[in-house]
Amino acid sequence: MIQKIDIITSSCIPLPQENVDTDQIIPARFLKAVSREGFGENLFRDWRYDKTGQPIADFVLNNPKYTGTILVAGKNFGSGSSREHAAWAIAGYGFRVVVSSFFADIFKNNALNNGVLPVVVSESFLADLFSHIQSDPKSTVTVDLPKQTITDNTNGASEHFEINPYKKNCLLNGYDDIDYLLSKKQEIEDWEEKHQ
Amino acid sequence: MNTLFDKIWDAHVVTSVTGGPDQLYIDRHYCHEVTSPQAFNELRERQLKVFRPEKTTCSPDHNIPTLNQDKPIADPVSRNQVETLANNAREFGLTHYGLGHEKNGIIHVIGPEYGLTQPGMTIVCGDSHTSTHGAFGAIAFGIGTSEVAMVLSSQCILQPKPKSMRINIEGRLSPGVTAKDIALYIIAQMTTGGATGYFVEYAGEAIRALSMEERMTVCNLSIEMGARGGLIAPDETTFNYVKGREFAPKGKAWDKALAYWKTLHSDPDAVFDREVTFQAADIAPRITYGTNPGMGIAIDEEIPTEETIDESGKISFRRALQYMGFEAGEALLGKKIDYVFLGSCTNGRIEDFRAFASLVKGHKKDSRVTAWLVPGSQAVARQIKAEGLDHILSEAGFEIRQPGCSACLAMNEDKVPAGKYAVSTSNRNFEGRQGPGARTILAGPLVAAAAAITGEITDPRTFL
Repeated sequence: MIQKIDIITSSCIPLPQENVDTDQIIPARFLKAVSREGFGENLFRDWRYDKTGQPIADFVLNNPKYTGTILVAGKNFGSGSSREHAAWAIAGYGFRVVVSSFFADIFKNNALNNGVLPVVVSESFLADLFSHIQSDPKSTVTVDLPKQTITDNTNGASEHFEINPYKKNCLLNGYDDIDYLLSKKQEIEDWEEKHQ
Repeated sequence: MNTLFDKIWDAHVVTSVTGGPDQLYIDRHYCHEVTSPQAFNELRERQLKVFRPEKTTCSPDHNIPTLNQDKPIADPVSRNQVETLANNAREFGLTHYGLGHEKNGIIHVIGPEYGLTQPGMTIVCGDSHTSTHGAFGAIAFGIGTSEVAMVLSSQCILQPKPKSMRINIEGRLSPGVTAKDIALYIIAQMTTGGATGYFVEYAGEAIRALSMEERMTVCNLSIEMGARGGLIAPDETTFNYVKGREFAPKGKAWDKALAYWKTLHSDPDAVFDREVTFQAADIAPRITYGTNPGMGIAIDEEIPTEETIDESGKISFRRALQYMGFEAGEALLGKKIDYVFLGSCTNGRIEDFRAFASLVKGHKKDSRVTAWLVPGSQAVARQIKAEGLDHILSEAGFEIRQPGCSACLAMNEDKVPAGKYAVSTSNRNFEGRQGPGARTILAGPLVAAAAAITGEITDPRTFL
């Protein structure tokens, strides 16, 4: 069972850097756990803390001006390793939505499988959003999953975003893929029979 | 008018969700210790068994030490993860090549070695470099842990069909240019995210001329330009490699398989969503200067200047150069380096050790350089000895360690210290990838060998 998503309005945390890879989201040395819990504490670990474990003041997660459950990131967010720990870290920290102009494929799947909604917007929408957040960190965005729209509440600009209908249904209802696959056992066995 | 990719994909669709993904049957599932424990927990929580245990093979590789493998792993957290894989394999009835087992090694190295990887298969693993197996004309790609649980419980996953791209490399490679240089060249042209959403077929004369191990290096790096995976149509090179391996089909089953494998190529009129062609003659030995694999240059080129970088990419470019301690526009030939790493699922196979040994033969390692030579598997380690490469390497001042992923992602003790430069044959130069603060320069085995001897970035063609 994954956490449901419907309509979310929140202020945003901006990370304008491009090509943020999953090694930055959660460095490999934190992948040794055998459960899904606790990864949020080490989200962006080496950007967030220095060698002695002290918070790095100019990293955005350490800046109290910026709060919210929506992460807004530069293009190609989540590239590199397939580690789902990256999605667990983002969900564990409390993010429900990540907005970017495009996402790495594996990260996108991992996010959807953990109740985190990746929202793809145009480059111009993203650039405007970054500038609105910079001039007023309290500015908000509304993500409406049923309508598949994202609205920048500073200027009212709104865009439609794509999500396949199956995944949308999963997120709205909290279903996961295993529920679906287990319901298809007969079809799987039939396929195996035919392909022996 | 189907592509190679279409033929394999379509043959594995069990059902299609209306307007949604395809339910894809998986022929082979590889499993390592880092991305699987939570999947096995999920099976236990839901009281599920592994649906087809014979289709999953497990081998610990990411966490394991490369010295003293006969002793317990010193780091208790790593030890726990490695033991958890062994326990899960036992509980769920899966094949497990544990630490010290004669078949242990990096999962992407051992799959092909034992004939588990075959043309026409669908292959997944909780690891993005699963794309390696595409070298055999298989659809192979990395998945997340939730998807590992799906495969374990149903032998299927739900995937939207990616778009198709063909990358042609025409003509012949110049001397001193390796498969790694082809891949680093392609990624630099395409950029680190340029193939996102696509599955790539590699074709053209230069690709056809590659050995299976070289093809694995090229396909391995597909993910580094964002591609879901990469594959190469199987041919005589492929069939000769697979034939006779332990888990390859035998006798009549071989004949039947071979007849099918020979149909696995893109039809002449197949249409790709995108097609790109490069000339092999344009490819030189390559290195990276930045913090993603797309930030690369020919070894004798200069780092780009800031004016050539897109406006939105300038933040990342400046940050990368600051991290690496390099200046925009400077040349890297002659730069001092501190570490050399030969190994990983990208360049940890016997041909990589042969190439490295051929260049260092008769020379001595620079005394300033720390070199880690890590075979990709126990079988590679045995072959190094059988061919006497260990003597050549030891004469030149190198020692060979025990197999594993090692310094590629530094989950074990093989960590490059902060601020030090490593010329590495691995696949990622991300910040901190080889240890917090480590500065990685990606390269092929010949560039790594030349750097190990001279202690600086050196064009390997000067040794030919």
